[in-house]
Amino acid sequence: MVGGRRRRIQFSKLYSFSCLRPRFRDEHRQIGKKGYSRVVYCNDPENPAAVQLNYGGNYVSTTKYSAWNFIPKALFEQFRRVANMYFLVVACVSFSPLAPYSPISVLAPLMVVIGATMVKEAVEDWRRRKQDIEANNRKVKVFDSKSGSFTETRWKKLRVGDLVKVYKDQYFPADLLLLSSSYEDGICYVETMNLDGETNLKLKHALDVTAPLRDENSLQKLEAVIKCEDPNENLYSFVGTLCYNGQELPLSLQQILLRDSKLRNTDYIYGVVVFTGHDTKVMQNATDPPSKRSKIERRMDKIVYILFSVLILVSFVGSFFFGVATKKDVHRGKLRRWYLRPDDPTVFYDPKRASVAAFFHFLTGLLLYGYLIPISLYVSIEIVKVLQSIFINQDQEMYDEETDQPAHARTSNLNEELGQVDTILSDKTGTLTCNSMEFVKCTIAGVAYGRGMTEVERTLAMRKGIGDTSSDLLGSTADVTDSGKSVKGFNFRDERIMNGQWVNQPDSDFIQKFFRVLALCHTAIPDVDKESGEISYEAESPDEAAFVIAARELGFEFFERNQMSISLHELDHENGKNVDRSYKLLQVLEFSSARKRMSVILRNPENQLLLLCKGADSVMFERLSEKGRLFEAETKDHIKKYAEAGLRTLIVAYRVLSEEEYRQWEEEFTKAKTSVSEDRDELVDAAADKIERHLILLGATAVEDKLQKGVPECIDKLAKARTKIWVLTGDKMETAINIGYACSLLREEMKQIVITLDKPDMKALEKQGDKEAIDKASIISVREQISEGLDQVGSVKERSVLFALIIDGKSLAYALNKNLENSFLELATKCASVICCRSSPKQKALVTRLVKRRTGETTLAVGDGANDVGMLQEADIGVGISGVEGRQAVMASDYSISQFRFLERLLLVHGHWCYRRISMMICYFFYKNIAFGFTLFWYEAHASFSGQPAYNDWYMSFYNVFFTSLPVIALGVFDQDVSARLCLKHPMLYQEGVQNILFSWPRILGWMCNGLVSSMIIFFFTSNSSIPQAFRKDGQPVDYQVLGATMYTAVVWTVNCQMALSINYFTWIQHLFIWGSIAFWYAFLVIYGFLNPTVSTTAYQVLVEACAPSPFYWLVTLLVVISTLLPYFSYRAFQTRFRPMYHDIIQIRRLEGSESEISSELPVRMEGRILHLKERLSRREL
Amino acid sequence: MLSEGSDGAFGTSSAAAKKNSKQPKYSRFTQQELPAYKPILTPGLIVEIVDRYDKDCIPSTYNTSSDDMVTYIQSPKTNKTCIRTLTVPKKMKQPIFIYYQLDNFYQNHRRYVKNRSDKQLRSGKITDKELEENCLPEDKYGGEQIVPCGLIAWSLFNDTYGFTINNITIQVNKKGITWKSDKQYKFGSDVYPKNFQSGVIGGAKLNEKIPLSEQEDLIVWMRTAALPNFRKLYGKLEEDLDANQKITVVIQNNYNTYSFDGNKKLVLSTTSWIGGKNDFLGKAYLAVGGLCIVLAISFIILYVIRPRHIGDPSYLSWNENPAGNFT
Repeated sequence: MVGGRRRRIQFSKLYSFSCLRPRFRDEHRQIGKKGYSRVVYCNDPENPAAVQLNYGGNYVSTTKYSAWNFIPKALFEQFRRVANMYFLVVACVSFSPLAPYSPISVLAPLMVVIGATMVKEAVEDWRRRKQDIEANNRKVKVFDSKSGSFTETRWKKLRVGDLVKVYKDQYFPADLLLLSSSYEDGICYVETMNLDGETNLKLKHALDVTAPLRDENSLQKLEAVIKCEDPNENLYSFVGTLCYNGQELPLSLQQILLRDSKLRNTDYIYGVVVFTGHDTKVMQNATDPPSKRSKIERRMDKIVYILFSVLILVSFVGSFFFGVATKKDVHRGKLRRWYLRPDDPTVFYDPKRASVAAFFHFLTGLLLYGYLIPISLYVSIEIVKVLQSIFINQDQEMYDEETDQPAHARTSNLNEELGQVDTILSDKTGTLTCNSMEFVKCTIAGVAYGRGMTEVERTLAMRKGIGDTSSDLLGSTADVTDSGKSVKGFNFRDERIMNGQWVNQPDSDFIQKFFRVLALCHTAIPDVDKESGEISYEAESPDEAAFVIAARELGFEFFERNQMSISLHELDHENGKNVDRSYKLLQVLEFSSARKRMSVILRNPENQLLLLCKGADSVMFERLSEKGRLFEAETKDHIKKYAEAGLRTLIVAYRVLSEEEYRQWEEEFTKAKTSVSEDRDELVDAAADKIERHLILLGATAVEDKLQKGVPECIDKLAKARTKIWVLTGDKMETAINIGYACSLLREEMKQIVITLDKPDMKALEKQGDKEAIDKASIISVREQISEGLDQVGSVKERSVLFALIIDGKSLAYALNKNLENSFLELATKCASVICCRSSPKQKALVTRLVKRRTGETTLAVGDGANDVGMLQEADIGVGISGVEGRQAVMASDYSISQFRFLERLLLVHGHWCYRRISMMICYFFYKNIAFGFTLFWYEAHASFSGQPAYNDWYMSFYNVFFTSLPVIALGVFDQDVSARLCLKHPMLYQEGVQNILFSWPRILGWMCNGLVSSMIIFFFTSNSSIPQAFRKDGQPVDYQVLGATMYTAVVWTVNCQMALSINYFTWIQHLFIWGSIAFWYAFLVIYGFLNPTVSTTAYQVLVEACAPSPFYWLVTLLVVISTLLPYFSYRAFQTRFRPMYHDIIQIRRLEGSESEISSELPVRMEGRILHLKERLSRREL
Repeated sequence: MLSEGSDGAFGTSSAAAKKNSKQPKYSRFTQQELPAYKPILTPGLIVEIVDRYDKDCIPSTYNTSSDDMVTYIQSPKTNKTCIRTLTVPKKMKQPIFIYYQLDNFYQNHRRYVKNRSDKQLRSGKITDKELEENCLPEDKYGGEQIVPCGLIAWSLFNDTYGFTINNITIQVNKKGITWKSDKQYKFGSDVYPKNFQSGVIGGAKLNEKIPLSEQEDLIVWMRTAALPNFRKLYGKLEEDLDANQKITVVIQNNYNTYSFDGNKKLVLSTTSWIGGKNDFLGKAYLAVGGLCIVLAISFIILYVIRPRHIGDPSYLSWNENPAGNFT
């Protein structure tokens, strides 16, 4: 059994891991005080003291509402919106005699709006509830101290202090203290992907005293008390002590297993529940996903406020004049307008209390001009956005066959925001790259091997044109296809050394050593499949796995690791047979970011002491011995080429140790390892440093971090759309730069500005360990580098020079500091691309916030792992890649796509369209409501401001519902300025959204003015031409109902024709809706006019009897419609001719035929060729 | 026409007797007698006489201040007969519509517009509660319902006009001045005025013997006007008036427009297919049409002066940003 073998490994004795041994620190003195008061009685949850503490259970609820508080709470949420509150007040007041129209005509739309939103809330909450139920009812084995055995319980029933047993690949049900595991020394591996998105396994280690507690008998006897910190959200610290057997033992995060992480590679563990339910670190970390609103919507709110002010102003003006007129009705005891009976009034018209009457009239006015604030706007936008999201979900071009995932708009709130993205912040691993490392090339003894072609090379070749791909280093594309079986993590093709052919190479000795190093110098664990005998490896990083796999494929198969030795199947190159060789493992000098190398010291079967080492070129070359520098020049050259090709490189070297030397060193090293002083780590490093010298160079490896499909093209397009792209990655700077080149984020012609703290003087300071001094020096250094960068950017006059900023995590921490924030951002915004390497998840979120806050531009974050969640939530739009890593990112995102390349279509096509549609729609909405609302005001001004509406009640309530709603929804859902293909062909079009051209204040105010002018034309033209003379041959003059019907007809025509003028895209749907709305008005008028006069009141037979037979009515309609459309029409005509916007140009070009819909753009290289040919031709002609 | 037609029929029947007669056959077509519409394109087809009489009909003794005028019009004792002479400017063909025009009278005031009960007008039956809701303060008199209730009916216009030419009285046809739908469906034929103008007297009284559906003046008045200056039909003159004819109008000047500075006008007007006389529509059409032409011309001129290739992307404002090598 695999686990059986593993059980014998005692890593703690072998490794120099410093972290495994918790030591008492300052924080431990805090225990028992405020903030550190938690007491857990292990295995004794029923202890009276424990019961008294009454820590919460493990039940978790993430829902917003419960069954009983849903209605009040959801209603409360709804009426927090100002507009809804306004309409509620309006609805209430409309039941009083103040209302100029019937209450039902106000109440119905409000109820629909609120009802719809509440249903949406309920459905979402129900989904959350289902997830909770699932999580709460998972089963876990809990120790029952009465029976002395483990029984299955539901997660929600767990209590603090319970002893649980968790098996391999299970999630931890709560935050646990690790007591012991299936391994003797109490280690276990956990996967924390759900917490931080890192896929590598983390090692946890139980206290030595608890590690032997591995059977039920000893567990039953367990009596221990944990004293620790109170629940908090810090994932990376834990302070506590364990009182066991009369000892106080310090606890650290090493002993804590967090809820939502997973047990891996360990058969089982025993643990004590420390934090339950909402006290767990992961739940403490869970913040409510921020509700995001698009910029357009926020600006829309401002417009609503403006309209509110207009509404109040207009009502106020109205009530002022009304008050004055009412007061004058009784003048010195004489009645003025006697026909209104001012001597016997109701309170609303009382001349003696004119101010009261005016106040009531003010309320009436608020109701009457409520049409200025379109209640249906919110509903319509909601509907439109949902439909838009459906179109996004349905897009075939964004469907990925491999993963069977279409794009998914998880929220519909942000569709238009997609069209305004200024800065894209992207994760690297899993987003730009596939997160699978492939061993592609290597250089051994100065000879380059590997003919595979990398993505970057392909891109570069594309850029340069054809011809120079045949360079021997890069290999030829043809060879790639001749591969046999494809192995994950291995893309190495070279007939010279594959299939055992390496023995025939001149440097076969070096080749053998090289691959031995790869097979031996690592911390991976083999996993042999019992049935097929195939071996897979569990490694801490994908790079390492790629090395071991490469070694295996070339005949150095690592198959067993135990406590003391590593065993390989190897090809004996003398007799050509497979032999097993076992190497005695003596020391592991592990990798750290400071050391940038790892080594193992082992004794080979020939009893030779060897030190095998692999590391970054920056630290390795200086450690070579004089003799070992044989191929230094060639290797350096190859490494440079590999790096240019976007590969990660590591130098491989070795040395032979003499017994004496090793013994001396070992003594020193053991001393360092066992020292208990504060500077133990430094001592260990220093000791390791002493032995890792005088190395002999073997060669270098090159591993490709594979780019996802279409990434360079997509980034190229997005760059052409002038969006700024920032890559935030945890990688090393070199790797990040390589990837930058690979995905065409960095180009050769770009100037790089590098800000780093990875400098010799800083390192010297770090060694001294004075924290303050480091801080100070770091700030100064970063500030200097930033200002240098700014100078550099400022000094370049040519516009064609592009800059790229590369900054590392440490510097970033200082650059995000309050004092430097501004200058950093100034620099960053001037650069076309920015790469932040070595950044933590928190820094990612911080950078995102900084960019969002400071520039005020729209940010979009793309990520795939749980470590990107912060960034996704912080950004204006979070896009999750629904790829291989968990669903956390997708769950936290607003849109999910399965491939980075779909971002191009999501932004350039859907984003652009949605932005355009929504902004047009909102502008138009305000236009139509102002055009309508102000006719009411003009009319009221002619009715002594008494609050008499110009139209019949039902005309008014149907205005937003039937006569004008469908065309505007069609606009919001279907309108396209240019086709999807042209959107992609002209990425510059995207700038219309980024610069917010279509929803700028001048444009909004322009539309509003247009509405105002329209309302004036409608009212004054209609009234002046129809009053006071007869409008028919039979001598009948125009009265209240005829004027109302005529004006309303003009409004419906105007508003719908305006729509027809302003949209760019006519399908039968648009025709149907626009002309249908007008036709419906007439149909409505006929039907409504035939109802009983007590129902239809002023609309009784108004069309059939009065208006339709009169040519006058039709003439007025025609006149008014033409004159209201004239301003916009001439503006548009002028603008498209003389000051066209980008989409106008594209439209016209398409119309003129220079942009045919069918032919596609020539690939860049073809264009290059044609250009070349043309040049030659012209030369010949000369 | 009829006699001609029978002539023709007789002619054909006798044609059998005179077979060889060369008399051409009769048909309306051959004889060019098809019924025809003969438009006469004369400008000023509509003739309109407007006479403002509110001020002039006040005797000089009361003519000093508006208070006096109100006193005059409200006093039951004063003689309110007023004689005006109008000259016909051009020949007016019948029917000539007689309107009264009130200016500055807010028939569209919210209190006023709502102050009626359509239910009562139609059926006469209405509960007290509804009455109170709709018709206050003109709802009841002495505990009994007023029919028709409400302020609109109560303030019914009560000036009357009599027309004579050369001392011959011209009949004013007061029938057919309402909308058919009003008369048939909104005013009941079995609803009779009751307790009307019994309390405070507002405007005209109604004959309690005639049902509401026959009270055409009331029906016209109850169809409220849209704006404060309005005309309402008074009646029709059904004979032609010749140019320069003098019409004597005897006005009973009863209606109080003096307290709110309103004007009263008597209007005689003919109509055409487009209704009465109003120059606004025509002028507006000319103006808008003219504007269109001006715009079109200026557009052409602009285009000639500053032509541009329409697909030229260099007109883009953001093209001026750095990094030209993107495009």
